[in-house]
Amino acid sequence: MASDDIWILGIAMTKFGKHSDKDIVDLGSQAAIAALADAGVTMADIGILAAGNLMGAGAGFGQQLQKQIGQTGIPVFNVANACATGATALRTAIMAVKAGEARMGLAVGAEKLSGAGLLGGGGTSKKSSNTFEPSGRFGSVLPTDGRIGTDTMPGTFAQIGMEYGHKYGGVSFELFARISEKNHAHSVLNPMAAYQKRFTLDEIMNDMMIAYPNTRPMCSANCDGAAAAVVTSGEVLRTLSKEQQRRAIKVSASVLTSDPYQEACQVLPDVNTLTRNAAIIAYEQAGVSPSDLDLVELHDCFATAELVHYDNLMLCPEGGAVDFFMSGATWRDGSTPVNVSGGLESKGHPIAATGIANIWEVCHHLRNEAGDRQIKDAKVGLAHVIGLGSACGIHILERSGL
Amino acid sequence: MPQQIPHVAYLELGDSPHLVANECTTCGARYFDRRNACAKCFNNDFKKAAISPDGILKSFTIVAFAAPGVPVPFVAGIIDCNGTSVRGNIVDCDPTPEKVSLGMKVRLTTFSLGTDEDGTEAIGFGFAPA
Repeated sequence: MASDDIWILGIAMTKFGKHSDKDIVDLGSQAAIAALADAGVTMADIGILAAGNLMGAGAGFGQQLQKQIGQTGIPVFNVANACATGATALRTAIMAVKAGEARMGLAVGAEKLSGAGLLGGGGTSKKSSNTFEPSGRFGSVLPTDGRIGTDTMPGTFAQIGMEYGHKYGGVSFELFARISEKNHAHSVLNPMAAYQKRFTLDEIMNDMMIAYPNTRPMCSANCDGAAAAVVTSGEVLRTLSKEQQRRAIKVSASVLTSDPYQEACQVLPDVNTLTRNAAIIAYEQAGVSPSDLDLVELHDCFATAELVHYDNLMLCPEGGAVDFFMSGATWRDGSTPVNVSGGLESKGHPIAATGIANIWEVCHHLRNEAGDRQIKDAKVGLAHVIGLGSACGIHILERSGL
Repeated sequence: MPQQIPHVAYLELGDSPHLVANECTTCGARYFDRRNACAKCFNNDFKKAAISPDGILKSFTIVAFAAPGVPVPFVAGIIDCNGTSVRGNIVDCDPTPEKVSLGMKVRLTTFSLGTDEDGTEAIGFGFAPA
């Protein structure tokens, strides 16, 4: 192993779901303590903490966490980056280790979202007077959500999927529902998932419509959860035990991008360009191609989003996502299994935890520890998240080979 | 005649209502909101540019579940108005997948959004099948 390689030494996630007896710090602590134990280290070894909690951003989640797991005086970076918060925390810890500022870093993401309901829609705001006065950057006299398009997440991502259909053809309500059918089928094998229920295509299509073509099971599940990872350098890993070296997972690429200007991005967030840009950099950094990937965990916040990311991650030829999916490639027995965890639609999406939990899933397979849902002989995997606004995190992971 | 005010500053009322963008004088990028500088080329000089009221629906969703106070269902769409992408609701059309389709031709239309206590009427816009 090269001195400047980055390795995940330990990683853990809590079960996703409803944790009404735990607060965010409890969940974060549980994941952090488990990740440290998995790494075979303690807080005394950690030189930097990157902590993510989106809904409570500003409350100093990292420092709150230290009070429960170890208050060692190390620098804390409290990060918030929409749904890419977890990946951003990990990226922050990785950058610190890569820069030589810390021998080991701990990244934690935790969120409580059970019962949070619809995200993104502004609705009507209370006005102090009953006269129309232009306000804000659009000079609006009334709220715009619902009157000039939609701000809701299900509606926004529905349009992202439909836009792909306008560009390349072949999409339908049924196609998107079939993507959801796959992820829910996968979830049955994942005991960490918030929901482990297989749905028939009819059940998905006849469930409550949220924003056409996304019905309720086609939307990510709001739930509680946390995930944490310990990262270190190749130089440090060499000094650790054979068992630690064997279970360590190489971070072959760690990339974070934001959305570059595109003509339509002011009216519909562009989740495509920044994902493609991150993927190009990641494949180059890792020296792997999409066909080398044994599994992919991508950001299926809605069934309509999964389709576009097949293309953005270059798992298929440009414009070929529909054919790629219909070929069966992304089922767990296909050529490029996607979201064998059940994805955000069934595993759940406790926002800040998601970007580390998807890496846990990939590591779990690369370590050959995934039990019933193990992808046989997995060597290389990719984890992707999107935070709207936008941010994209991509990590490519490889087993140690020791 | 009662006074009217547009829902948003980028809607120009009058005999032929249309949208107006802030267009970067260097690169031509268009913005509907107030910008400090151009996100594409960083220039900070803008001029007004009229947007075609005719367009093609390049994406849509039928929102069935929204924040309190937002009437549902409604069709939210992205319209390609001769090269400029615009966000708006599809109106004068049943909000069903049978009536709304990708690529359909639409045209800007305006309507009342209500009157305030001074008697000023807010005028909104949407796009109707053309």
